[in-house]
Amino acid sequence: MNWLLPMPVILPLFTAGFALAMARRPRAQLAASVATLTIVLGIAIALMVITHAEGPQVVNLGAWSAPVGIVLVADRLSALMLVVSAVVILGVLLYSVAQGLADGDQGAPVAIYYPTYLVLAAGVSNAFLTGDLFNLFVGFEMLLAASYVLLTLGGTSSRMRAGSIYVIVSLLSSMLFLIAIAMTYAATGTLNMAQLSTRLAEIDPNISLVLQILLLMAFGIKAAVFPLSMWLPDSYPTAPAPVTAVFAGLLTKVGVYAIIRTQTLLFPDGRMDTILIVASIVTMVVAILGAVAQDDIKRLLSFTLVSHIGYMVLGVGLANQLGLSASIFYVAHHITVQTALFLVSGLIERRGGTTSLEKLGSLTKAAPALAILFFVPAMNLGGIPPMSGFLGKLGLMQAGIQHDTGLAYVAVAAGLATSLLTLYAIVKAWNKAFWQTAPKPLPDTDVPRSMFVPAASIASIGVLLAVVAGPLYAYTDAAARDLRAQTPYLTSVLPDGERGEGLSHQVEEE
Amino acid sequence: MIEASPSLALVIAIGVQFGAGVYLLLERSLTRVLVGIYLIGNGVNLMFLLAGGAAAGPPLIGTGPEEEMADPLPQAMVLTAIVINLGLTAFVLAMAYRSWQLHGHDEVQDDLEDRRLARRAERGEFDSRDDDFGANLAVEAAEARDETEEPVISEQPSPFARGDRGDGS
Repeated sequence: MNWLLPMPVILPLFTAGFALAMARRPRAQLAASVATLTIVLGIAIALMVITHAEGPQVVNLGAWSAPVGIVLVADRLSALMLVVSAVVILGVLLYSVAQGLADGDQGAPVAIYYPTYLVLAAGVSNAFLTGDLFNLFVGFEMLLAASYVLLTLGGTSSRMRAGSIYVIVSLLSSMLFLIAIAMTYAATGTLNMAQLSTRLAEIDPNISLVLQILLLMAFGIKAAVFPLSMWLPDSYPTAPAPVTAVFAGLLTKVGVYAIIRTQTLLFPDGRMDTILIVASIVTMVVAILGAVAQDDIKRLLSFTLVSHIGYMVLGVGLANQLGLSASIFYVAHHITVQTALFLVSGLIERRGGTTSLEKLGSLTKAAPALAILFFVPAMNLGGIPPMSGFLGKLGLMQAGIQHDTGLAYVAVAAGLATSLLTLYAIVKAWNKAFWQTAPKPLPDTDVPRSMFVPAASIASIGVLLAVVAGPLYAYTDAAARDLRAQTPYLTSVLPDGERGEGLSHQVEEE
Repeated sequence: MIEASPSLALVIAIGVQFGAGVYLLLERSLTRVLVGIYLIGNGVNLMFLLAGGAAAGPPLIGTGPEEEMADPLPQAMVLTAIVINLGLTAFVLAMAYRSWQLHGHDEVQDDLEDRRLARRAERGEFDSRDDDFGANLAVEAAEARDETEEPVISEQPSPFARGDRGDGS
């Protein structure tokens, strides 16, 4: 069944080309995009079922065997990430379609929207599936190049400002990543992650530490871990709501995924764990304090996004079974919840004409359904039991206590404080936008039901995660066990420890 | 793995390009930032060449003995990196041009919302619609006074003078 593996990358790319050719026929573009992303979602679910039952699936692309050619690998972690991202990508596409239809011809230039969006989807899938460091770079570049276009869509003054910061910071992080790749190749002579995992253990530990720091810096910028997170709240809020939603949900999580991979597969000795825990504490606390100060709902959400990246990094830094498992669970939870919140903030903007908490008000009366739709994912984000946010945080706190070091206890305290402050910031937004009387009467508009439904579906998936939390935690436990053991990944990519299952012949060692 | 020590000329070239690139990256003008990124990108490409080991013959089977072939993998990666760099350069150039169209210059702007919040914090103002705005004692005292009197503070445009407030005080 491993022919399924390249599909989440290839199909969106093909459809992107098709959609570009059909630039004058928005309906054909739309139909093709929705169909493709639905198929990708189906494939992702199939992959998750297969990997869970049979272990990691591997494809040696072009039948070049592993360390020579590029491999795609789906283990439990990648498969879960793929499923969640496919759900979110499809949901946001439907939302943006509805928004485009509601806006009529005044909307964004749709002709390039669909192709770019599909390239983004392909890049995300590629980053999750690849087993090769350079191919990971290519995946990152695909999704980043698409994100540059989406962020500056329309080329208005504020988007150019936000876009230039985002593009420069992303270019810089790509350069760091590329430097790390070049140095890794110079030090080990390979970029295949499975082979790197064995070879990095053999080289001078100081050099491997440098490589680890470089990689973590590059991924840290993408994941928006504190000292490297300044760009995010500046650049995300200006984009159109669906674009911000998909960025917030997915792009930072690709960075988190890459950090998990680096820490578990390439550098399992845990020399950076302390630094990761410290970074996670600072990320959580500083960013949530930023969120408390904001009075624009999109900016507030951007700050909570950065803050909650800290939770995921904390789990990776703790590096025990429970921490890793809770971290993966938290990624799945946070992708859905954060996306839902940004979509809802787009709806609020439509209904109230602004996202400024100074001007909004009395939305509970004007739009009760919207109020519920904001309230549920907001409480989920704040970690109110019995929602998935609570379960994720609970797992992380338990992992911190299990870790039993002074630093871990500080992290637990910081996590609890962050959770409270998140609740405070969110409730403040809720009070101002929904409960208090608006300073000026709101414009008399209505939210199209077609935009409402995708946002509600993603929000309800966030709630549903709590219902299936038992099986999901069992799954993430298994994923974390695989990551820590490394063997399922290594033996599937390189069955005999030397070569993958391809056609290329073994060259005799000189 | 590299057996030979790297070529000094290449190492110096990489260092110069990185230095100049970082310097340009710190400028405000998008065009200079772009040139900076491009220089760093070229430096990284040279690093890949170093990573491939000493210079050698073309890696085509049949053109010579295998021991004299260069490592083809870094070259493939450099090609990919060059193509990606080219595309992104075109994009940033378009962005700089658009910025010039809009503002007459291509400098990266400050975030207005950020500045506004910072200014507000400097002036010590409070969120106009927060529930707990009791830090300004003078205002609080004025509001808590007998309501039959003429309100003093409502004359000036204070953010606290809101109609639906004071029902609980």
